[in-house]
Amino acid sequence: MTPLFWLQAITLAFSQIWANKSRACLTALGIIVGVASTTAVIAALEGLKVKVLAEFESVGASKFFVFPDRPDNAPRNMYPWEKILIKTAEVKAIRDECTLIKAVTPITEVGLDVQAGEKIIEGITIGGIWPDWHLVQNRFVQEGRPFSQVDIDSERQVCLINADAIIELNLVANPVGEAILIGGRRFMIIGIVETTQARFFGMNTSSAEIFIPFSVAEKMQERNFFLRVEGLFVSPDASEDGKDEVRFVMRRMRGIAPGDIETFQVAAIDKFIEQFKTLATGITAIAGGIVGISLLVGGIGIMNIMLVSVSERTREIGLRKAVGATPMAILLQFLLEAVTLCVVGGFVGIAVGRLAAFGLTQIPGAQLEQADIPFWAVALSFAFSAFTGVVFGMFPAIKAARLDPIEALRHE
Amino acid sequence: MVDARSALAPTTAPTTAPTTAPSATLNADSALIDVRALSKIYRVGVETIRALNGLDLSVGRNEMVAIMGSSGSGKSTLMNMLGCLDRPTSGSYLLNGRDVSRMNATELARVRNEEIGFVFQSFELLPRQTALENVELPLIYAQGAWRGRRARALAALDRVGLADRVHHRPNQLSGGQRQRVAIARAILNKPSILLADEPTGNLDSATTTEILALFRQIHAEGQTVIIVTHENEVAAHCHRVVRLRDGRVLSDLAVADDVAGRSGGGA
Repeated sequence: MTPLFWLQAITLAFSQIWANKSRACLTALGIIVGVASTTAVIAALEGLKVKVLAEFESVGASKFFVFPDRPDNAPRNMYPWEKILIKTAEVKAIRDECTLIKAVTPITEVGLDVQAGEKIIEGITIGGIWPDWHLVQNRFVQEGRPFSQVDIDSERQVCLINADAIIELNLVANPVGEAILIGGRRFMIIGIVETTQARFFGMNTSSAEIFIPFSVAEKMQERNFFLRVEGLFVSPDASEDGKDEVRFVMRRMRGIAPGDIETFQVAAIDKFIEQFKTLATGITAIAGGIVGISLLVGGIGIMNIMLVSVSERTREIGLRKAVGATPMAILLQFLLEAVTLCVVGGFVGIAVGRLAAFGLTQIPGAQLEQADIPFWAVALSFAFSAFTGVVFGMFPAIKAARLDPIEALRHE
Repeated sequence: MVDARSALAPTTAPTTAPTTAPSATLNADSALIDVRALSKIYRVGVETIRALNGLDLSVGRNEMVAIMGSSGSGKSTLMNMLGCLDRPTSGSYLLNGRDVSRMNATELARVRNEEIGFVFQSFELLPRQTALENVELPLIYAQGAWRGRRARALAALDRVGLADRVHHRPNQLSGGQRQRVAIARAILNKPSILLADEPTGNLDSATTTEILALFRQIHAEGQTVIIVTHENEVAAHCHRVVRLRDGRVLSDLAVADDVAGRSGGGA
């Protein structure tokens, strides 16, 4: 095939599209809608991914969690809940014996009525924590002082509150030193703790937060209360070894023999990141499947219009054959026309998808400010469009290539 | 009498020697077209149609031949064979010494591109392309004809007297001008054969005369021309007339003898 052949084939493909503008638009609509919707979905997913990963990062990549876990399919009576619950002594053992952890805190929550002066709020969730909580949660005090080990050890009736709690309890602007009643007991406010924006998927619904020493909360809880453990490894790289260390201590504390099932779980944040990435990939794959279907539908439209084009231009094909076009040249020309139609459709589709992605970023509260079409999605859309052109253009192109020149020239 | 003789000795054409079996083989090299026992059989349902029935024909370089015959005589089929648009059921066709009767579709396309220039009754120009682009068309499918294509196309248009119409589209041209564009396209690749199928069928008599004069001029410049026609007036412009009937050569005479034969036959 000469350069002239390719030049004329491409020019011809475009001039055919131009000559049948409205028909080409309707034909390419399937491709346009398919590519546009997919790129928009991928853009939204990418935006969500960026957002969520940023939240994970803000939580800290070296973070870990310990929580009780009843083994799957295990008989209930063998593992009663009170045995599985994490005990304070176990957290202390982790703190004292694990070398790869920087900070660790138990967290327990108890719902209590809180009274400040005349103002009473019922059933506020009160968090019981250790001083390491500040480090683990990356939340420090703005006013006053944080918890100290002495507060825990001597079970002082002190508390930390956040700015929203000050407003809800009608407290003075700087209430450090003031006293409030929590569950009927008198607690002194020693510090105002930061409210972080990165609220972890709405774990807290009320924006008012009150924290008391863990040792005090323990006394105010029922006998078998639930606590969870949050901590930080010395570095994100230490998470694998750190997890093994924590598991070792926990197994020993619980007297789990080698080979026996663990009644707790240690999870590092990187695990969650992995899981989320897997989830996002899964959703992207589903979106890809939807595109596949829409491109299939679009492709059938392309095939239809190419068949029309072949029968409309039968005489032209006959003439081209008479002046020496080989079957391959005719095939390539029609294939190129189908591919051009699809690629132009894909281009328009990406433009529409970009517009849709921009629209997504403008939806308030949708958390999709980062929505953007990644380069690979653009490249893939083009590739898929072209592929659709080749697949669905092939049959009409073969039909054109196989036309008998004599019959074609006689065609009315 | 005359007809019977020419059927037995079909190659008594001006440029070829009388036929005997050995000398025909020798002459195969000098003849441009050497057709032997060419048959084309179509099956339509249960019926078998012998469009060509053992036809022999030889055409030398720079001849100007008219192929005539009533409808059903096989002249269209013969034209398709000579133009390498179709393959025979049996027999051989040597074009320029190459056997084209057994070639596949791709090889035939190459041969058409290099050896054959077609002129059709209804011109067959691409409506959205200019005269120049229409003339260039064969070069699109030619091997290595990238450089100088425009100059060649312009020269061809100049030869047919359309140097001032190169950027016109077919609908801006008269019938005669359209056929000139088609002729320019046909002679562009300097083909071995200029094969015209009823080239004046859609033209009025004045334009017919002009177009036939153009064919004569091109022939005078060294081009082999074959015109398929059913009009004696058109055939009269050629030097040799081959008449077909029932897929065989009925007569093959120099134009003067043909005219004499016709008047004799009519008497």
